Amino acid sequence: MRQSELKTLSLLAIAFATTVFSCKPKNVSTTTSGDAAEKVYVAPGKYDEFYNFVSGGFSGQMTVYGIPSGRLFKVIPVFSVDPEKGYGYSEETKPMLNTSHGFVPWDDLHHIALSETDGIHDGRWAFANGNNTPRLARVDMKTFRTAEILEIPNSAGNHSSPFITENSEYVIAGTRFAVPMPDTDTDVPINTYKDNFKATISLISVDKESGKMNIAFQILLPGVDFDLARAGKGKSHGWFFVSCYNTERANTLLEVNSAKNDKDFIMAVNWKKAEEYVKAGKGIKKSVNYAHNTYDEHTHSATSVMEKEVIMLDPKDCPDMIYFMPCPKNPHGCDTDPTGEYIVGSGKLAAVIPVFSFTKMLDAIDKKTFEGNYAGIPVLKYDAVLHGEVKKPGLGPLHTEFDANGNAYTSMFVSSEVVKWRVSDLQVLDRVPTYYSVGHLSVPGGPTKKPWGKYLIAYNKITKDRYLPTGPELCQSAQLYDISGDKMKMILDFPTIGEPHYAEAIPADMVSKNSVKFFKIEESKHPYVTMGEKEAKVERKGNEVHVYMTAIRSHLTPDNIEGVKLGDIVYFHVTNLEQDWDVPHGFAIKGANNAELLVMPGETQTLAWKPEKVGVYPIYCTDFCSALHQEMQGYIRISAPNKNVPLQFSTGTNQPKFEEDKF
Amino acid sequence: MKSIKNVTFKTMVVLSAIITFYACGNSEQKTTEANDSKKVEKEAEEVQAADEKKGVGKFTHVDISPTLDKQMADAGKKIYDVKCSACHRLTDEKLVGPGWKDVTKKRTAEWIMNFATNPDEMLDTDAIAQGLLEECLVRMPNQGLTDDDARHVYEFMRENDGVK
Ligand code: HEC
Ligand SMILES: [Cu+2]
Repeated sequence: MRQSELKTLSLLAIAFATTVFSCKPKNVSTTTSGDAAEKVYVAPGKYDEFYNFVSGGFSGQMTVYGIPSGRLFKVIPVFSVDPEKGYGYSEETKPMLNTSHGFVPWDDLHHIALSETDGIHDGRWAFANGNNTPRLARVDMKTFRTAEILEIPNSAGNHSSPFITENSEYVIAGTRFAVPMPDTDTDVPINTYKDNFKATISLISVDKESGKMNIAFQILLPGVDFDLARAGKGKSHGWFFVSCYNTERANTLLEVNSAKNDKDFIMAVNWKKAEEYVKAGKGIKKSVNYAHNTYDEHTHSATSVMEKEVIMLDPKDCPDMIYFMPCPKNPHGCDTDPTGEYIVGSGKLAAVIPVFSFTKMLDAIDKKTFEGNYAGIPVLKYDAVLHGEVKKPGLGPLHTEFDANGNAYTSMFVSSEVVKWRVSDLQVLDRVPTYYSVGHLSVPGGPTKKPWGKYLIAYNKITKDRYLPTGPELCQSAQLYDISGDKMKMILDFPTIGEPHYAEAIPADMVSKNSVKFFKIEESKHPYVTMGEKEAKVERKGNEVHVYMTAIRSHLTPDNIEGVKLGDIVYFHVTNLEQDWDVPHGFAIKGANNAELLVMPGETQTLAWKPEKVGVYPIYCTDFCSALHQEMQGYIRISAPNKNVPLQFSTGTNQPKFEEDKF
Repeated sequence: MKSIKNVTFKTMVVLSAIITFYACGNSEQKTTEANDSKKVEKEAEEVQAADEKKGVGKFTHVDISPTLDKQMADAGKKIYDVKCSACHRLTDEKLVGPGWKDVTKKRTAEWIMNFATNPDEMLDTDAIAQGLLEECLVRMPNQGLTDDDARHVYEFMRENDGVK
């Protein structure tokens, strides 16, 4: 959500919270039910029921929690470097963070989309967006690693992303910032926004077998801000719905200036139609420059390719492809229910929650029930497409998830609560507080045709007094609710890393059974793999020194290296020879200006090191691997360039020369 | 702490507990037990000895010809170079694990192949394996051998022990 607006809303929220909470029970124990502990207790050695893939917001990473315990299992590095794992520091992973702006070591990861088949989770990939330098990432759920990062050209903040169609045909990427398009004059006054700034959405295809992403086409749109989106499903399969704000097209003080219109839009995109237009050659090839980075599990290395072209559709040339539905007011959430019939808009500044009907929308399109057009795109009449409004839902509706029983759950940012309502008759059924200022919600399978239900998780924007204080900066807060009964019951409060926007949860056994335990060494295609200690060696190529090193409990080979000169660059290619689960070895060298390596069994990773001083430098394994882990160490000697030290390396044989002399 | 490491320490603790326990048990038995209970004990030892010879795992009977299968041994050497040589010398010198010289004379094919493919369970249950762990203090890793791999490495060990 927008920073400025977040601030105002937060202030509002706090003001509201102080007034309301003073009369509400302060003590959590009065709001949790008696059997809460039992419901979230996962006994030692037992597993959680669901994996929860959670966005890490400004940390740039994706996190994995267990539900119902709320335990953190993994922080998957996606858009930000992670020195702990060497991600973005090792030679193999650096290309993952390449962009048209060069190496960008950070991003702002907002939303998660899990791959689907027939509108149901299939447990293969987790997609995530980079909101800052527009990017889309694919995480492989077999390895829990980032497999691919695709930069999005003609975009300036990939917020409305990565929502996915029911067979993972496409992932959407809509820009939050309109900007002058790179193929026009981009050096224009900012206040010429209305004339010169444009927005785009991209449809990214996903290869059915490999998952590989490709920008199938983009659509050029008027300069509004796209916020969130959902694909249609079932009867509305073939459509995308995208919330739009700043239809005022303001370029300054959006807090006020983008809140002038009574209604903004939900944009309905007929992507099947768009596909036809692309096939019919209606698209225009635009020359662009964007990075496409893929990680290969056989070479254990990433490659970055700069791509040069996209196909752009202009709605002017493509009638019946795009329609606007008026939606009050600065909508954020834009969510389709499990049947695909209803589209719920959540206008942050709106007093009601509008629910649109897909059938009515088709009918209105058919009968051309338009109230006008916006930049040439037809605007449907609000009443003609409306199923109804949820009245008095609360303050600041943000985002809606669904269960399998026809109920919807909407987060209320300003009034810090979750409201449960029935989709058919729009009656409010229940409400529970959150602590505080809830953003997105997640019901396991909530965005799919088949919600798994049972739990609802609220991800909050403000933590305040929920946990022991840790100075000015606090962890983020999430609350877990049992939604199996008529009434929602809070059963757990758990801290998360910053900042949890959207998340998806999936039954654990759909993922755990595929989890990779180690990489088979004999299948390694890494160009610098060391297939066994016999192959370990040190090679000089000009001023590059390549160390082919192996790691196994509990020694490095070679562990004594001499003959390296000041001015050389040393590449440590460390192969972990273990072939068992959970035996990584680390590799670190004193004074390295980048990071350590963490090398999984059967994997090879490379640390580049440029020694700055003559001397003997210790190297060692950082991940406690065995009783003799502390012995897993060695030395590399760096000599002055004019000193004639021959290149030599060994393990176990470099003994003192004149042992007898010592006695 | 991670699971494997946990297991390592757990096992070490359990092991030392067992060692102390056995020591006390023996001395007690020596002084107080009657003859027939010694007989029972001896029988139990024999059964256990038979099991120990084969170890625990999927190999219960392996046919070994008196002569060497050179092709198998060569395949075994390749595996040794990548997956075993970091810890095992071909002499009797101990590195991380024991040197392999004469290992095929000390142990049955089944025991070796079971240990190579199922070290975790054997280190938890097999007395010989546990004795070796006490000396080496590093758990023999599961190196992900297939059944065929295990057979080939065994043949390579036989070659190393002079079978022609
Ligand atoms: C990380 C070091 C390491 C690697 C690699 C390793 N071993 Fe071992 N091995 C050991 C240790 C240590 C022992 C002693 C038992 C213990 O401490 O767990 C052992 C024991 C053995 C024994 C029993 C030896 C005896 O004297 O009875 C056999 C057989 C064996 N290993 C086979 C293999 C095979 C086959 C491979 C390769 C596929 C291999 N090992 C790879 C460390 C290793
Ligand atoms: Cu180590």
